[in-house]
Amino acid sequence: MSDVLAVAEHRRGELRDVSFELLSAGRMLADQTGGDLHVAVVGGDTDGFADELDREGVDAIHTVSEGEEFNHDIYAQAVEALHADLDPQVLLMPNSVNGLDYAPAVANRLDLPLATDAVDFEYDDGLTVTREMYGSKVETTVEVGGDQYAVTIRGAEWPAAESVGDAEISEFDADIDTDTGSVVTGFEEVGGGDVDISEADFIVSIGRGIEEEDNLPLIEDLVEATDATLASSRPIVDNGWLPKNRQVGQSGKVVTPTVYLAIGISGAVQHVAGMKGADNIIAVNTDPNAPIFDIADYGIVGDLFDVVPELIEEFE
Amino acid sequence: MKVLVTVKEVAEVADDFEIEGTEVGERYLEYDLNEWDDYAVEEAVQLKEDGPAEEVVTVTIGPERSEETIRMALAKGADRAVRVWDDALEEPDLLDVETKTNLLQAVVEEEDPDLVLTGVQAGDDAFGATGVSLADELGFQWGAVVNALDYDADENVAHVHRELEGGVEELTDIELPAVLTIQTGINEPRYASLRGIRQAQSKEISPKSLGDIGLDADAVESDLTLTSMYEPESESDVEIFDGDASETAGKLAEVLREKGVAE
Ligand SMILES: Cc1cc2nc3c(=O)[nH]c(=O)nc-3n(C[C@H](O)[C@H](O)[C@H](O)COP(=O)(O)OP(=O)(O)OC[C@H]3O[C@@H](n4cnc5c(N)ncnc54)[C@H](O)[C@@H]3O)c2cc1C
Repeated sequence: MSDVLAVAEHRRGELRDVSFELLSAGRMLADQTGGDLHVAVVGGDTDGFADELDREGVDAIHTVSEGEEFNHDIYAQAVEALHADLDPQVLLMPNSVNGLDYAPAVANRLDLPLATDAVDFEYDDGLTVTREMYGSKVETTVEVGGDQYAVTIRGAEWPAAESVGDAEISEFDADIDTDTGSVVTGFEEVGGGDVDISEADFIVSIGRGIEEEDNLPLIEDLVEATDATLASSRPIVDNGWLPKNRQVGQSGKVVTPTVYLAIGISGAVQHVAGMKGADNIIAVNTDPNAPIFDIADYGIVGDLFDVVPELIEEFE
Repeated sequence: MKVLVTVKEVAEVADDFEIEGTEVGERYLEYDLNEWDDYAVEEAVQLKEDGPAEEVVTVTIGPERSEETIRMALAKGADRAVRVWDDALEEPDLLDVETKTNLLQAVVEEEDPDLVLTGVQAGDDAFGATGVSLADELGFQWGAVVNALDYDADENVAHVHRELEGGVEELTDIELPAVLTIQTGINEPRYASLRGIRQAQSKEISPKSLGDIGLDADAVESDLTLTSMYEPESESDVEIFDGDASETAGKLAEVLREKGVAE
C-alpha cells in the first residue's frame, strides 16, 4: 500500500497536458512513499493513449475501455474498481474541470480525505499538501490525516514527463454499469468572432479594477493610442462588457504576446493559466500584494484611474 | 419543484494584511457572499420566476455573523434559509470536504429538494469539491462547472452546458434529483432591491445545531489540518516603478517602446 495511482485525462481524442504532469508528480510522490507509479486511462483510444503515457518512471498502465469521451459515472466506477484492486496509498487526479467532476465522488465513495488543487506535496510518514487560499494571496500547508489519500493537482505546476519508458500495459476489466444518469450529448466551441487575441503582440488587458462599464472607454483610448489589442479577465466578460473572445485564461484564450499589460487584474490562477507565457508581464494594481505581481516583470502599485490617463498622454 | 442553494459567507483579504499563526488576522478580513453562490442563487430565483420552482431555500454552514450574508440571498428572492452551526465547528481552521458533505447531506435529506445548486468553488478555501461529493453521498446525479441550465419539466431533466477549459463547452443531460455546481457568467445576478431587503427581514432563517440535524461531533472531525500559512514567494524579480502617476506612466511607456510594441 505504498503505490501511487494517477488518472490520465483526455478530450476529443487527445491526452491533455495535465496527464503528463501527473506522471511527474506521481513519480515524485512514489519515490517518497517508496512504491510504484500506476497510471489509469479510461475510455477513448486506450491503446494509443497507453503508448503515449508510457514515459520514464511509470511502472504500470491500466486501460479501461469504456466510453469514448469523459463521463463522470464511468470514471468514478473505473477508478473505484482500480483502487480496490491496487490499494494505492495516494490517488492522484487532475484539478481540471473534469477532474472536479469525478474526483470528489471517488474520494467520497472510497472514504479518502481529499485535498484539491495541490501545488506541491511531500510524503514523510504522512502526507502534507501545499495549497493556496484567498485567490492565491496566501499559501498553506495542510496535513492530511489517515493513511490513504486523494489529491487533485493544479495544471502546469509539475513538468511534463518526457522520455519513453517501459511500463507494463494491461487492460483492466472493471465491471461498469453504463446506465448512467447523465449523458454527454455534444460539444460546442465558444468565443470565436472578430479578433483573435492569441495572435496579438501587445495586449492591454482589463480586470474588475475597472469597476464599471462606463470606465471602459478610458481603456479603449489607451488601446487606440498604443495600437494594442484589448483583452480582459473573466468578470468583465461575465458582466457582458466585452465578448467572450476577449477573455484570457483557463476557460478563455491562451495568449503569448511580447507584452501583456494587466490593469486592475488580481492574477487568479485561472487567469494566469492564459497569460503566463507572455514575454513581458506588466501589472498596474492598487494592491501591492496582488498575486499578479508574483509573476510580473514590471509593475506599478497605483490606481489605474491615475496611471492610465498619464499613459495615454505619453502616446498621443 | 424545490431548489436548495448552498450559500457560503467567504472572507476576503484586505490589500495589506498580516498572517497570525495559521490565519489571516481577523481585522484584515471582510465577509461577503461567495461570488459563485451569488450566481447559484440567481439561477434558483429565475427558476422560480419562470415557473418550474415553487420554493427556493438556502443552506449555510456558518456562525451567526453569516446571517447578514444570508439576508442578501433572501433579499434577492430566496424564500427561507437554514443555517447550521455548532460550537464543535469553531475548532478546525479548515473544514474538509467530507465534513461539509455530512452537514449538507443531513439538511438535504430533511428538506428533500429536487435540485441543489452550489457555487463551483468558494473564494476563500477554493476546494471546488463539495457539490459533487454531496451528490455522490446523496445518490443524486450531478454536473460540475455548469454555465447554462435549461430545465425540462416533462422529462425532469436538466440540459446543461459544462464549461471545460479553452473555450469548449460540454452539453450534458442530467436527470433530477441532481446537484449542479454553478459557474459565474451563467446569468446576471441581480442587486437586492430596497423592497427585497425589507422583505428579507421577515423571512425565516432557522438556526440548527449538529443535534438538530441528527449528527454529533464525530461528523466534523476534519482530516485536514492547516499547519502553516505564508505569503507565496514571488516567481519573478518584478521591478516596481516608483514615483507619482506621471512618473510611473513615463517609465512604463519607456518599457513599451523598448520592447517595440508601442511608439
Ligand atoms: C473553473 C474556473 C474557470 C475560470 N476561468 C477564468 C478565465 O478563463 N479567465 C479569468 O480571468 N478568470 C477565470 N476564472 C475566475 C478567476 O478565478 C477570478 O475570479 C478572476 O480571474 C478575477 O478577475 P479579476 O482579476 O479581474 O478580478 P479581481 O480578482 O476582483 O481583481 C481585481 C483587481 O483589481 C485591483 N484594483 C481595484 N481597483 C483598482 C484601481 N482603481 N486601480 C488598479 N487596480 C485596481 C484589485 O486590487 C484587484 O487585484 C475562473 C474560475 C473558475 C472557478
